[in-house]
Amino acid sequence: MDIFYPVKLLADWLTPNVALNFFIYDTIKIFILLAVIIFIVSIIRSYLPPEKIRAILSRKNKYTGNVVASLLGIITPFCSCSAIPLFLGFVQAGVPLGVTFSFLVASPMINEVALVLLLGLFGWKIALIYILSGLIIAIFSGIIIGKLKVENLVEPFVYQNTINGNTDLPKMSQKERIAYAKNYTLDILKKVWPYVLVGIGVGAWIHGYVPADFLAKYAGSNKWYAVPLAVLIGIPLYSNAAGIIPLVSALTEKGVAMGTTLAFMMSVTALSLPEFMILKKVMKTKLILIFAGIVGAGIMFTGFLFNLILK
Amino acid sequence: MENKTTKIQVLGSGCPTCKKLFELTKQAVNELELKTEVEYIADIQKIIEMGVMQSPVLAINGKPAITGFLPDVKKIKEAIKKFI
Repeated sequence: MDIFYPVKLLADWLTPNVALNFFIYDTIKIFILLAVIIFIVSIIRSYLPPEKIRAILSRKNKYTGNVVASLLGIITPFCSCSAIPLFLGFVQAGVPLGVTFSFLVASPMINEVALVLLLGLFGWKIALIYILSGLIIAIFSGIIIGKLKVENLVEPFVYQNTINGNTDLPKMSQKERIAYAKNYTLDILKKVWPYVLVGIGVGAWIHGYVPADFLAKYAGSNKWYAVPLAVLIGIPLYSNAAGIIPLVSALTEKGVAMGTTLAFMMSVTALSLPEFMILKKVMKTKLILIFAGIVGAGIMFTGFLFNLILK
Repeated sequence: MENKTTKIQVLGSGCPTCKKLFELTKQAVNELELKTEVEYIADIQKIIEMGVMQSPVLAINGKPAITGFLPDVKKIKEAIKKFI
């Protein structure tokens, strides 16, 4: 039984209009999911701040390091403003470069806001495919970058400082954890609600008024160029991830192939122009291009693969 | 209030949240009637050396007291009071 059945009843009672009904149902469902899941993730996170993650990672060897880094990336919030402290903090404490990159890929790609929207609008199967593909891309991108021995492409000052990874962080009480999670949840909701509303609104309009399969002839699974194009368009769209997922969920209904949709969403979250600009402070442009190239290739592979499988 | 030598610093990467924390900390120090200047440090390396990887950071006497989120003034006052 669908736990959102009461919401469906409410929407049905309020309006028979397809687009409006869709808008009311999706909005209520997504905001409930956002509040609950962000709260839970924040509680977990209060036990695993980046400093603790670093202590875990600096003890792991290469391959397990990549896997653990990618998994821990899921629960860490990521905004481009924390990219530099994370990068410096990891590398200077002796976490291998490849492992650091695994974390830098997974952290923005698999974030709680994207997960909620995938879960709410695409269902758990697609959400799971997204998480697993994201993890695999993060693990392998990190392993490849580690093998390339590109330490010389990191700005020299990074390696001139070394620090020990032990941090004396302030202890949090149970009450403080709950207060932190509540504040964080409200913060994120305040930040994303306009995007989510606009995204769902435009999505609902498409759902109600655009003919089914309208886009199939441009972006169906037999169009090879759809996946690379989706990845390219996704790069400058980072800040609007919250609004873009509802929108693409409606486009999928109208004939955009599922693999293309997945590739687009991954590109929006994982490849971000502002983040690249900021990373230039600590690494050479060549390394940023290598990083973007490997992750981009992984995303395209995922897109093509699921266009083949999910017909 | 008695005021021993307390060093209060706000460290940030220059993001809006960090500047907000700086403002709130100054307000907290005023309300507590301390005679300490609040220092703002935008050098990320300093944050890393403190062992922290999140910004902003409120450090008291060189130790991180609040990291990674923007607290309210009440919380800042509590953190400062623990050290004086």
